Amino acid sequence: MISLETQNLGKWFGKRKVFEGINLSLREKSSLVITGRNGSGKTTLLKILCGLIRPSRGEVTIKQDGKILILEKSRNHIGLVMPDLELYGELTAWENLNYLGRIRGLITGKEDLKEMIAGVGLKDREDDLVSSFSSGMKQRLKYAFARLHQPEILLLDEPSANLDEEGISVVEKIVTEQKERGILILATNQREDLKYADEIIQLGR
Amino acid sequence: MKSSSWAAKAGWLLFKDLKSEFRTRYALNAIFMFGLTTLTVVSFSVGGISSNTRITSSLFWLVIFFSSMSGLAQVFVKEEESKTVNVLKLSASSGTVLVGKLLFNLVLLLILELVIVPLFIIWMNLSILNIWLFLSVLLLGSLGLACATTITAAIISKSHVKGALFAVLSFPILLPLLIVGIDGTRKSLEGVDFSAGFADLRLLISYVVVMLVASILLFDFVWNE
Repeated sequence: MISLETQNLGKWFGKRKVFEGINLSLREKSSLVITGRNGSGKTTLLKILCGLIRPSRGEVTIKQDGKILILEKSRNHIGLVMPDLELYGELTAWENLNYLGRIRGLITGKEDLKEMIAGVGLKDREDDLVSSFSSGMKQRLKYAFARLHQPEILLLDEPSANLDEEGISVVEKIVTEQKERGILILATNQREDLKYADEIIQLGR
Repeated sequence: MKSSSWAAKAGWLLFKDLKSEFRTRYALNAIFMFGLTTLTVVSFSVGGISSNTRITSSLFWLVIFFSSMSGLAQVFVKEEESKTVNVLKLSASSGTVLVGKLLFNLVLLLILELVIVPLFIIWMNLSILNIWLFLSVLLLGSLGLACATTITAAIISKSHVKGALFAVLSFPILLPLLIVGIDGTRKSLEGVDFSAGFADLRLLISYVVVMLVASILLFDFVWNE
């Protein structure tokens, strides 16, 4: 059983306050949608939640079966998709997932990885270099990367960015699955994404 | 899906970096161009003339130092510039990243030396009288160089003036290594007994240990901040 909590979370860049006083408590099979105008700190909040940047105030606590996980351990339970997360362009889609999985300590067979890549709509493109992919294809591959270790917590920033209709339906499937098995946190400005929310917070009001 | 050991994870990071490097030649081109240019300039100006072993060994380490300055910082700079650093942060522990990147820098340096050292010996018309001392100094010096440049590269990778800062930060850290390396190389050229050069080897081993310990202590903070 995984849980994510924040206590009085705040972030400043120099003297500019991005947000403060964020208190969250999420358990398995729950979802949170973060909305807010551009620059309100949605991406920053997601980065703090997965430990990519530190908050200026407060803390994030991720617990598994009641035990607090240290930062590096907690990353094994988190998957992240966001626009400024890039995969290696000089490697193929399969190589990206294989090496990043191996570095994480996962040993996944080639067929399983091919299935994951096909699962995000990139069937038969696993041996193509990522640099040859369109932005939508790269976005789809990010979903395969985020779900490689079957994380209990999935963080999505602008989940349907660059995606066509087929890509959006892939995302809908992933989001529905994640809501049934773990914690889903979504940062978006799209009204239609609000349907995934059990809870909504608005930043920058 | 199984889990693999810590050493295997670092090995896979090294393998990924080598594959990326051989496809893009991001750092290799830089270190080879710098190495060959410096070596050509040195050999044309003093090649065959200087029989002073102190000058020759200084020039030898100068070539290696400048070549490594041009390429070894790329190990982290490339991750920052291509925005893949977050993917790596999410996938690997800081220990895995440190060991993987250090091994990558060491492999790059050894590849460079495999080309540069024979050329230096031929073009400078060098006779090495104690080859084992020469190779020991070179190997330990390279390991020290890789350790120092890896942690420095991690520190400077987030700054705006990476190239200049890398050289400025690396030079004082590498100065003790260069002084001992030059002295050890001089002794090997003069053919002193291995035991006479052992003091230099001991200093180089100490340097490597100090740099490794400092890197282990610092890296987690540098990587996650």
